[in-house]
Amino acid sequence: MYAALWRLMPGPLWLRVLLLAFLFTAVLAGLVLFVFPWLDTFVNTNEVTVGT
Amino acid sequence: MDEDGGEGAVPAKPRPRASVVGVLGEVLVTCGVLVFLFLGWQVWLNDLIVGADQNRAGTALGEGWDKTPPSRQHATAPATTPSATPSVSPSPGLATDFGEPVVGSAPRDTVKFAVLYVPRFGADYARSISEGVETAEVLDRNGIGHYPDTQMPGQVGNFAIAAHRTTHGAPFKPLANLQVGDKIYVRTPDGYYTYSFRGLEYVRPTGVGVLSPVPQFAGAETTDRILTMTSCNPEFSAAERIIAYAALESWQPTSAGAPAAISAAVTAKS
Repeated sequence: MYAALWRLMPGPLWLRVLLLAFLFTAVLAGLVLFVFPWLDTFVNTNEVTVGT
Repeated sequence: MDEDGGEGAVPAKPRPRASVVGVLGEVLVTCGVLVFLFLGWQVWLNDLIVGADQNRAGTALGEGWDKTPPSRQHATAPATTPSATPSVSPSPGLATDFGEPVVGSAPRDTVKFAVLYVPRFGADYARSISEGVETAEVLDRNGIGHYPDTQMPGQVGNFAIAAHRTTHGAPFKPLANLQVGDKIYVRTPDGYYTYSFRGLEYVRPTGVGVLSPVPQFAGAETTDRILTMTSCNPEFSAAERIIAYAALESWQPTSAGAPAAISAAVTAKS
């Protein structure tokens, strides 16, 4: 999977590393900004109120 | 990689095909990393971001009341009065007894109507208190929520509030660090209510007795003014609830200025 990703990328080594860093940052930003907050609405282990 | 960079050399032997097991392994490892990333985000990164946001919002809410003349109107009602008195006037004389605390009327659901200052939780700690204890609308977003059927700040009876101890800004994270006698300040547009911490209690999630005007004594008559804070216990669990009690010690109107102990938090610029 990751080997295929590496082969698909164009250019010399430094460009591939740069691209990979950019891709990694983009994925991380997408996770933190959109995926994790959405996922969080399903994970509710912290009830803090008393009630019946 | 068996390719030489730059020369476009022909591979000496054909590339081995990716095996199913190999790809599956990579997918599983990726999923594992994602789970840990999510946990780190939930209990640490998001806490820092949301906590700082809530603190800024709390400070701003209090500062808004400094700019508009104190009134019985609610905090988030649009400011219709064009700021007659720009700042609080120095207290006339040295009066420390301001009589009966002014009690505001209950605001609409999810409206922010008070700010909580607790020096033990941090010198700049300032978190807003909203009406209602709905998880998504109040506790996850605004921070601290007020149990709708309990009393208001300064009122005889029980002013009961709830907040997260972990995740979503965790306003009550250091709840168990409170020491007997610690001051807990609640600010409304009317003034400052100073509560003194009394003790902790641990109850089952169904222990609604802690919300009674006299906690755990439903129907009892009282003249005391109690502050009750509830959160989850143990941390990261919903098995029990931790309860912190405080009793009203004094009250001062907005015109008397902020109590010295929290003047830094009240005017904190962030």
